[in-house]
Amino acid sequence: MERHVLVVLPHPDDESFGCGGAIALHTNAGTPVTYACGTLGEMGRNMGRPFFATRESLPKIREKELRNACDALAVRDLRLMGLRDKTVEFEDPERLADRIEAFIKELQPSLILTFYPGHAVHPDHDAMGAATIRAVARFAKENRPVVHCMAITKNRETILGKPDVTIDISAVREQKLNAIKAHRSQTEALFANWEEEKKKNPDYIKRMEQNWQKEVYWTYSFEN
Amino acid sequence: MHEVQAALDRFANQELYLHLETTAGAYAAHRNEKALQVGAYIRNGRIRYERGVITGGGPYRIGLKIELGWVYAEGLTDWEIDAQGRILLAGHDQDGRLAVALELSPNPFAI
Repeated sequence: MERHVLVVLPHPDDESFGCGGAIALHTNAGTPVTYACGTLGEMGRNMGRPFFATRESLPKIREKELRNACDALAVRDLRLMGLRDKTVEFEDPERLADRIEAFIKELQPSLILTFYPGHAVHPDHDAMGAATIRAVARFAKENRPVVHCMAITKNRETILGKPDVTIDISAVREQKLNAIKAHRSQTEALFANWEEEKKKNPDYIKRMEQNWQKEVYWTYSFEN
Repeated sequence: MHEVQAALDRFANQELYLHLETTAGAYAAHRNEKALQVGAYIRNGRIRYERGVITGGGPYRIGLKIELGWVYAEGLTDWEIDAQGRILLAGHDQDGRLAVALELSPNPFAI
């Protein structure tokens, strides 16, 4: 059992899609989980289906959705970092790492979940993952928490090899789904499309649903 | 459309803040390798236009004639004048995803 888990990701919904299963397993086991969420996804393209948000109302809506998702995953400690969507890669990486380092010092996590820098597709994902690695690398080897990274690029296994961590999330599948659904503005269209796809292509859905059985991570290995 | 035109007329010849963006989505190239990943936005650009026009049969286009040039957006499908008197226009695709937005406000947008 972990002592404390720190999740560092840039957007509301990254936690549910990416590591909702792992988070639920930790909180269900009684491990405290802190989610440091970089932005409010202010520049998201999804507005609900039918859309109910505007560019200006979206941040407040997504903050509420994020709190609902945290409830679904039993995450009791949410830290909003106040960065702006799509601008994380332009911030000073040292300053960003300072803030993550402060979280690590305060919370003393035994495990950190973040994106694998360079393998996370969205520039905000890569920048947040890189800042987290930078922060952890500042600690002496023996004091570093373990870092489990999510990689989503198509060539991830070619470059990084197979993921070394596989977690069976079938016991918390519903919890993960509920967390994803809590991000209404971002996921209504997705679920509506799934329903349509299900009618046309049951095999595809079956394959997709197998993805809900496990989550995989790459343990970050630091050079020294 | 008439209401938007009236609002654009009211905002003419005064100092305003502009939010203008277009996006193909952050995963466009991830989903389709042939797709070009594009997007651009300006938030709180200061602007004063002498002439602002909405046109088209829906989706709509807007052109704002500024002292030394133009501001242009197309594909606008929805609009609202919010409680703060801001003109919020956006273009949404069939799934309700925002593809373009043009917004004007007498005060800076939240950042």
